[in-house]
Amino acid sequence: MNKLLASVGIAALATVGLAACASDPSETSSASGALTVKATDSDCTVSASKLDAGPSTFKVTNAGSKVTEFYVYADGDRIMGEVENVGPGLTRNLIVDLPKGTYEGACKPGMIGDGIRQTLTVTGEATAPLSDSEELTAAADSYARYVKSQSDTLVVKTTEFVDAVKAGDVEGAKKLFPIARTYWERIEPVAEQFGDLDPITDGREPDAKAEGVDFTGWHRIEKQLWVEGNTEGMDPYADQLLSNVKQIVAKGQDAPLTALELAQGSKGLLDEVATGKITGEEDEFSHTDLWDFKANIEGSQAAISSLRPVLIDQDPDLVKDIDAKFAALDTELNQYQDKSTGEWTFYDQLTEQQIKQLSDSVAALSEPISKVAAVVAKSA
Amino acid sequence: MNDRDTTPAAGLSRRKLLGAAGVGALTVGALGAGAGYAVGDKPVAVVPDRDALPIDFDGRHQAGIVTPAQDRLHFAVFDMTTEERDDLVSLLKDWTKAARQMAQGNDIGDFGAVAGAPYSPPEDTGEALGLPPSGLTVTIGFGRSLFVDASGAPRFGLDGQLPDRLVVMPGFSGDRLDPAISDGDIAIQACANDPQIAVHAIRNLARIAFGRASVRYSQMGFGRTSSTSTAQVTARNLFGFKDGTANIKVEEKKDVEDFVWVQDGDGPAWMTGGSYLVSRKIDMRIETWDREPLNGQETIVGRAKGSGGPLSGGDEFAAIDFDAKDDAGQPLIDMKSHLRLAHPDTNGGAKLLRRGYNFVDGSNGLGQLSAGLFFIAYQRDPEAQFVRIQRSLAGLQNDLLSEYIVHVGSGLFACPPGVGPQGYWGEGLFA
Repeated sequence: MNKLLASVGIAALATVGLAACASDPSETSSASGALTVKATDSDCTVSASKLDAGPSTFKVTNAGSKVTEFYVYADGDRIMGEVENVGPGLTRNLIVDLPKGTYEGACKPGMIGDGIRQTLTVTGEATAPLSDSEELTAAADSYARYVKSQSDTLVVKTTEFVDAVKAGDVEGAKKLFPIARTYWERIEPVAEQFGDLDPITDGREPDAKAEGVDFTGWHRIEKQLWVEGNTEGMDPYADQLLSNVKQIVAKGQDAPLTALELAQGSKGLLDEVATGKITGEEDEFSHTDLWDFKANIEGSQAAISSLRPVLIDQDPDLVKDIDAKFAALDTELNQYQDKSTGEWTFYDQLTEQQIKQLSDSVAALSEPISKVAAVVAKSA
Repeated sequence: MNDRDTTPAAGLSRRKLLGAAGVGALTVGALGAGAGYAVGDKPVAVVPDRDALPIDFDGRHQAGIVTPAQDRLHFAVFDMTTEERDDLVSLLKDWTKAARQMAQGNDIGDFGAVAGAPYSPPEDTGEALGLPPSGLTVTIGFGRSLFVDASGAPRFGLDGQLPDRLVVMPGFSGDRLDPAISDGDIAIQACANDPQIAVHAIRNLARIAFGRASVRYSQMGFGRTSSTSTAQVTARNLFGFKDGTANIKVEEKKDVEDFVWVQDGDGPAWMTGGSYLVSRKIDMRIETWDREPLNGQETIVGRAKGSGGPLSGGDEFAAIDFDAKDDAGQPLIDMKSHLRLAHPDTNGGAKLLRRGYNFVDGSNGLGQLSAGLFFIAYQRDPEAQFVRIQRSLAGLQNDLLSEYIVHVGSGLFACPPGVGPQGYWGEGLFA
């Protein structure tokens, strides 16, 4: 796998110049030496800006007051590696294998926004370009890394949510509900592979009624929290939720998506938005749909980012179109986020006109995304 | 109308794709009336299939205006979702290409509905596979808001291109307009004899538009309420009356030039050969109308319900005598009847080419039909024609019919002239 990763995306990356952040020419890390990342609420300092190709270890120390994350992005915000959920005062390590090219390191204090970014230039031996099928394998691997990082945090945040529910902490649980679901929604195509687990974890009340089965999962607890304002009788549902989430995560890591499934998943996530989120029916009790909305979009973007080297080779115009439409949707969506708290506007507070504009932006993106699978299939 | 090019558009024929189905019908359509063939000993009369041959898309004027009115309508109004001139131009080019293919009875795109790559969403949505062109015409018009924004600043670099005649539609007494189904940047009228064909056209154009324009509203219509050719019988609206008896007909060449087509010098050059489309969604109070006695209904309209003849006497096409009185000295055609107030004699000679359709959008919560007339009229000068006539109907004089109708949607669109085989809709705007 290392050999494959070592040359992922060279064609795409080698010529890309990233304008932001003046680079510091002084330091170069050795391939084996650890880099330090000092993250505060307003700064993000990586100890070197020039790196050798190969695996690098980033020791991320959070010297700020907010929980932070550190990402290494390639062109188009393709995630090469990330470490999430670094609490104040903590240090966590990230090992990431970087081929020659230009990257950005980004800290995200408060775990929101585009992050505070610094350019990282990686130099070293270039290897032969990948064959088409190797590129597809690399894409699937890249997405598997994304799924892994999201899954890990999903389990952590679901545990926190479940703990709050079981402790009877209604306000705490309400705050954690949309945050834990963010990690769920980002990797929804993974969960959807498991037809038995998905409905009992993320099913909705009318469907449970129609099937004559008990209403369980995220939305059962959501209903109790928002409609009843308490957590009575929720312990078994909370335990079951956590157990199901853990099962899905384990299964998902055992059965990673293929590149084609990934392409279909990127479209599937937008379809989720167009059918479930835009109507406000997903989180009908809490109206926290915009958290899910954003997470679906991020998940779709991650899938496209993983496929990016393949797509750039095969259909650069399509990539340009997709990039532009993602950017337009982000602009449309981000106006509903409170930048200081990271919280989103509750869905029942949006006007019809605002929802129409979101819907238009999703539709605009969905058309080019629907063409990705054919490009991937052609490369296979 | 005579300089249309009949070069077939590129694309897959729906019929070719499905083999020989429909070849017989095509031949028959080509031969026209009077053709026949023999089965055994007996000659069998063949009814020509009006739907088999396409209506030319290209020409000096857009099709769908003086084209004999088809039976069905799907009308859609779009708003641009970008401010980029290039996006508008590319959209108009893509739309024109697809509309030309559909008018020919073809799938849209290079591969159509079922010949594309298996992992690609099909270019064409497919519900028209195997169906004939069905008289499809697709007609475009540009709203005032395409040219200027709410503050009057130009959009899409269209400075100086806004025709004076593309006015802000004045309000009329009795209007209850819903902004959501009024105005808009671009209107597309798809008419066909098969509703599936009209819907297919709008659906595929809406899909092409994603990212550049989105549907503001759309309206289905059934049952043309106007005849636009002397070859057509006059149809009835949902009040049960013949509608459009005195409409401008394609055969009336002088009226068509004087009242329908924009002439040189009427405004910006890009509109010469075009026409202005006024749309009005008119809800009918069906249930109360149905309780109105026959003579009351006839007085309100000014015509006999059965024959369509004016109440001054004679058949449908008899000359109207507005001065005729009954024994008591009352005018036979009521002073406030719809016929009198809408007539050119009352309106300085103003005439319209009407092309409206009946609609039923299901029922409302009270079990009443949500039904009425989707009024469409084409004209050379909206203020001198539609606005003048509507003032007469809705103004202080007050058409008796006003008690039974309410205007809930309104639009005014500048329909550019037609295009040549390589041209695209509105190209004169960007010359």
